[in-house]
Amino acid sequence: MSIEEGFIDKSIKKHGNFLIPILQDIQENYKYLSEEFLIQVAEKLQIPLIDVYGVATFYQSFSLVPKGEHIIIVCLGTACYIRGGKKIVDVLTSELDIEPGETTEDKKFSLETVNCLGCCAIGPIVLIDGEYYGEMTPQKIIKLIKTLKREKK
Amino acid sequence: MIKLHSIKEFEELSKKIIENHDSKKHIISLSSGTCGHASGSIKVEDALKQAINGYEDVIDLKLTGCHGFCAAEPNIIIFPEKIFYKNLKPEDAPNIIQSILKGEIIDNLVISENGTKYNHVNEIPFYKLQKRILTGNNPLIDPTNIEDYIAIGGYKALVKALSMHPQEITEEIKKSGLRGRGGAGFPTGIKWEIASKQKSDVKYIICNADEGDPGAYMDRNLLEGNPQLIIEGMIIGAYAIGANKGWVYVRDEYPLAVENVTINIKQAREMGFLGKNILNTGFDFDIEITRGAGAFVCGEETALIHSIEGKRGNPSQRPPFPAQIGLFGKPTNINNVETWANVPKIIENGADWYANIGTETSKGTKIFSLVGKVKNTGLVEVPMGITIQEIVYDIGCGTPNGKIIKAIQTGGPSGGCIPQDHFNLPIDYESLKQAGSIMGSGGMIVMDEDTCMVDFARYFTNFLQAESCGKCSSCREGTQRMFEILTDITEGKANDASIELLEELAYVIKETSLCGLGQTAPNPVLSTIKYFKKEYIAHIKDKKCPAGVCRALILYKVDQEKCTGCGVCKINCPEGAIIGELKQPHLINQDKCIKCGICWDNCKFDSIIHEI
Repeated sequence: MSIEEGFIDKSIKKHGNFLIPILQDIQENYKYLSEEFLIQVAEKLQIPLIDVYGVATFYQSFSLVPKGEHIIIVCLGTACYIRGGKKIVDVLTSELDIEPGETTEDKKFSLETVNCLGCCAIGPIVLIDGEYYGEMTPQKIIKLIKTLKREKK
Repeated sequence: MIKLHSIKEFEELSKKIIENHDSKKHIISLSSGTCGHASGSIKVEDALKQAINGYEDVIDLKLTGCHGFCAAEPNIIIFPEKIFYKNLKPEDAPNIIQSILKGEIIDNLVISENGTKYNHVNEIPFYKLQKRILTGNNPLIDPTNIEDYIAIGGYKALVKALSMHPQEITEEIKKSGLRGRGGAGFPTGIKWEIASKQKSDVKYIICNADEGDPGAYMDRNLLEGNPQLIIEGMIIGAYAIGANKGWVYVRDEYPLAVENVTINIKQAREMGFLGKNILNTGFDFDIEITRGAGAFVCGEETALIHSIEGKRGNPSQRPPFPAQIGLFGKPTNINNVETWANVPKIIENGADWYANIGTETSKGTKIFSLVGKVKNTGLVEVPMGITIQEIVYDIGCGTPNGKIIKAIQTGGPSGGCIPQDHFNLPIDYESLKQAGSIMGSGGMIVMDEDTCMVDFARYFTNFLQAESCGKCSSCREGTQRMFEILTDITEGKANDASIELLEELAYVIKETSLCGLGQTAPNPVLSTIKYFKKEYIAHIKDKKCPAGVCRALILYKVDQEKCTGCGVCKINCPEGAIIGELKQPHLINQDKCIKCGICWDNCKFDSIIHEI
């Protein structure tokens, strides 16, 4: 995927020379930061590529690889964890055959974990494509995944 | 929006807003924070809007920030009666509207505790013991409308502050006894004094809204529900310190907080509370918002500064302190969201009023997020000095299923556990520290007999080893080694020397790490060893997990006598690990079993045994 002409310039105009918001703009629009994007940002901001790479790999919200069609985020905040959040991750790992941070081969699912979404009352919480699913159980998550797997493109 | 050019204009507008307030109208205040949304408040909102159709003259719907009672989401408070309805569904909407019109109360929507029904918000046990100075106004404020904030007396503190000498404000904050709510508890007034004494033509202030502790969301509540309170606090602080520019560094995992703060900065600017020559006093100040990018360590102030500057969030050596050399090399004062929120209240009501609340060394209120194995999950704002017992049992009402509470954990990954027999401790900075934990930012996680303390320590250590920035080898490598040892313990592979090794590692990490993350990283392990050594020994010596949590140490089996062969477990097993003919006792293939517990959850005949 190549970046739209003028996208980075627009972002620089909006945020000034602040690297993180520029990378956030790219991440939000293109869902990942490719090598090509990072090189262009470094050139435009006239900073060493290693610094851009350093920042892109330091923060959890940046991804250097493309994400899947459905992004499943399991909250592993303390409250979700003691209410069984880890079990949800275990079941998903087994069902999708990927570890957190990975994407399935067919690019259908990406599995991620988050430190806390702050909705502790209804934990464990899973966020699927931006929608919250509370009081999750291993059985409920498997049902949800199976429905998504069946859905046609 | 009218731009205010003087204090007089503000006072006139404030009067007009209060006069225009139609007190005859009923207002339905719908809790619409992130937790509300996640629990289905948007559907309730749509249904209420539809049901109000035709009754707009007498009933208004107000979408507000979180009301704090998360276990009762989606919930509403009806004003002026202050009736509280819990766990609403869209189909309740028409009844609610009709009951308001008739002046009735819907019995099955009110809070019921031990057979007693509580119609009004102030009577509910969850709210009764609280002192909601910072959070109490949330139900009255539509956080996208600055006029709502002015209607409840907002910006009066700023007007008062602008008539004071900056030094007087700092003195007032010092006198109030306010201490930093981010965790460390440093006296806010002294921090301001240091920053204000720096000789520099440019100074900055920062609001640390990078609420990283898992299980803690007090700041999110304020950012979403009452952002103007924080902005007003920041303007007062900037005036006291002599700063003309401020930043709010907010966690990106809080999209609604980012949205509401952005809207409110814009409105404050349009109205003239931010910008050049604020209310014609000659004071200039403006705020920018910066979104974090997902790094726990950025809650540490030097790391946060580097992050705003666009760098990796690595902490740096102090001194020099940010108050001396901070953001872009300029003197910078950083306070946490809740600290800033306290400022307008102190200025408005006076330091003496504030200092009257709390204990000798810890003044004011503290917001805790009471979560985990507790019935009334939510945000509780309590006066300092209240006991843990009161918070967990009187406000929280114990566990939802009658299980025995084992301990609480405070202070997030930097904190520790406090066992049940210490629950008579009054909450303040010193007493929590003495008990081996810390106040921290306000997470309070309740654990019951089903929580394994070794697994819990392993959880935090895993969190910290993943979030260590890697600068200090003792933290980077040390937390990893601790995690490996804890993993061995939870898998029954550890030996007698493990506990001693953990303690030795803990000592080195504490002594040789640069920032707070490393210096406090061993706390979860040390405090669980201190109070729950028996559980460690059970894992190491007996290869048993008493709470039945550690997967390697538990087995799921089918009780051959009880199993009716109904096949429910077999159908639901995601791994195909259960074998057996219909109407014949089934068996679990241990090689395939991932111990997800679905069979255990679904068996109606209690024939799945959960062997510890």
